[in-house]
Amino acid sequence: MRRIELMVCAGTGCVASGAYNIKEALEREIEKQGLKDEVSIVTTGCNGFCGQGPLLVVMPDKIFYGWLKVEDIPFLVEEHLLKGRPVPKFMFVPPEKKEPIPLIPDIPFFKKQMLVVLRNKGIIDPENIWDYIARDGYTAIEKVLTKMRPEEVMEEVTKAGLRGRGGAGFPTGIKWKACREEQNPVKYLIGNCDEGDPGAYMDRSLLESDPHSLIEGVLIAAYAIGATKGFLYIRTEYPLAIKRMQIALSQARDHGLLGEGILGSNFSFDIEIREGSGAFVCGEETSLIHSIEGESPEPRQRPPFPAQVGLWGCPTVINNVETLANVPVIINRGAEWYSEIGTKNSKGTKIFSLVGKINNTGLIEVPMGITLREIIYDIGEGIPGNKKFKAVQTGGPSGGCIPNSLIDLPIDYDSLKEAGSIMGSGGMIVMDEDTCMVDVAKFFIQFTNDESCGKCTTCRDGSEALLEVLTRITKGDGREGDIEFLEELSLAIKDASMCGLGTTLPNPVLSTLQYFKDEYIAHIKEKRCPALACKDLIKYYIQTDKCVGCRLCLKNCPVGAIAGLAKHPHIIDQAKCTKCGTCLDVCPPKISAVVKISGEEARNLKSLEK
Amino acid sequence: MPKLTIEELRKGREEARSKIHLREGEFRGKIIVHMGTCGIAAGAREILSAFLNEKENRKITDVFITTSGCAGLCSKEPMATVELRDAAPVKYGDLTAEKAVRIFKEHVLDGKIVQEFAIGLGSERGG
Repeated sequence: MRRIELMVCAGTGCVASGAYNIKEALEREIEKQGLKDEVSIVTTGCNGFCGQGPLLVVMPDKIFYGWLKVEDIPFLVEEHLLKGRPVPKFMFVPPEKKEPIPLIPDIPFFKKQMLVVLRNKGIIDPENIWDYIARDGYTAIEKVLTKMRPEEVMEEVTKAGLRGRGGAGFPTGIKWKACREEQNPVKYLIGNCDEGDPGAYMDRSLLESDPHSLIEGVLIAAYAIGATKGFLYIRTEYPLAIKRMQIALSQARDHGLLGEGILGSNFSFDIEIREGSGAFVCGEETSLIHSIEGESPEPRQRPPFPAQVGLWGCPTVINNVETLANVPVIINRGAEWYSEIGTKNSKGTKIFSLVGKINNTGLIEVPMGITLREIIYDIGEGIPGNKKFKAVQTGGPSGGCIPNSLIDLPIDYDSLKEAGSIMGSGGMIVMDEDTCMVDVAKFFIQFTNDESCGKCTTCRDGSEALLEVLTRITKGDGREGDIEFLEELSLAIKDASMCGLGTTLPNPVLSTLQYFKDEYIAHIKEKRCPALACKDLIKYYIQTDKCVGCRLCLKNCPVGAIAGLAKHPHIIDQAKCTKCGTCLDVCPPKISAVVKISGEEARNLKSLEK
Repeated sequence: MPKLTIEELRKGREEARSKIHLREGEFRGKIIVHMGTCGIAAGAREILSAFLNEKENRKITDVFITTSGCAGLCSKEPMATVELRDAAPVKYGDLTAEKAVRIFKEHVLDGKIVQEFAIGLGSERGG
């Protein structure tokens, strides 16, 4: 007798913002209104629109509610669920607009997405295997076991043009074939979910919202390469993903989808979870193998590639989990269908986490070849406060920045590489005019310097030297020759480091130098930060002709650095100022007396104040 | 839980599919039961249950049943509107559970408007 299903997002983001409290409140009110038989609650994985959490989608009405609070629930249940009147005040309102958009398919954030890998997100309960099965789950493994030889499976995946989603974009079918052809009867398959890029959470969401699609992908890959055992390497910082994966694995085992004689066939396979303890380098395949073996996670020289000599010396395929989750769709819908999505050499879709200075924060799946403009202005609905878009960092610390001038670039593996970045695992950090590009490069080098395993001198000491110079520049101590040094050292690190961490770590430096060299020059020659972000190079200043002496900044300054009489212009004591920016934030927009200044202007502040 | 064969998996899938049909969002029509204060007082809950029972018993998954506020004809409550794809909505008034069962069978399933209970074609506009 059910007529309504409430899809409550229970991804990590929404859980953190109180999704389970919302769920309990819904249960209470539904009971109170006597709707228990008519309305059910489904806790789903990540819906994707994380910036709106905690959130809820009412089906079959398709109404989207965001930013819910426990105290909103009684009204919502009575109005919408009992009386059938959807409640506009809890609906999504686009930035700078007033009218809410009730239906989820009409919300711009969802409109331009193309859900292939995330086809079940927000629709199924990830802890219920039958929800996955209902959505054509395990039909691909059924087809593979009854109708396809391993070679045919590999052929299909190769024809589809699937490339590794972990970052490097190696053709998946070719990797599989190399492993299959090895003589050793013991072979391993590893799903890599050691997602370490700051601001990236594609893999985590995938595991949290649809763990069985990954299990099915692993099964098909294992059948194709002839693997005898599988591992999922998941970072321990993802407790919810691990929990859901454990539940999924045990359900699959109970239903005969893992273990001996899967679905009555003679194919046997099982999967074990290994938790990684948060070292960034473990995402590198040879380090990951060492970590599973219980060794220190340091990379080793390739060749031999893991497909020949991998885990415990046996041929091993390591695929990113997003790559594997593509496989059931390719088998079900065919290589031809799949290869029609995307660009010439990059097929299918890609999941990105869209974060930073963007109105709509969240997880998106888009076809390869979509432009940055579509992602930032259509899906992301622009930059908050109508600021100017400056650049986007793709590929995390291994990637680079793509500047405003390339906003119409169609995104795929090759275009990003050509632009000096990489696809990476799919982190997309949007930066606006207030972001200093030297500071951004410093941030990422700080990260890779911390995470370098220390095996190669160029990576270990090279990142240290880069960091030292970048820090100096942002403090106003840049010297003539610093830019040339950064360039030369970056190229040396690229050339002489062994694994992906070292060979890509200079990318943020090189790409910011390529597109924003003028900012480096301003820092070094004029001791000026054009974005007014580097604290050592800026000063806050109250314009005497604009200040009306309202005392707001004076009252709010945490260090008492502002002086002045009521109705008279105030002044900042630069010796006391910690540059926290509170005065700028509280100065009423109509007055706008507080400004940031940098360079010569800042140095001449004394005379300005006179 | 016994291990599944391919046959059992297929059979189970069909059953599982019908359980999640409300979430998948493609329907050929809907029945709206008006649940304003007037509707509820006149017995709209019973009408809603009657429609839901029919849908469940007949295992219908391509139609959904929902509620809305007062339709403005409080004297005709309880009321319901049937909206089928490519057809004008039809409003029914003075409903009883028995009438609801007939409307479900004759109009929703067989496509024939139950003229004797209908009070008009069309649907009120509003947001």
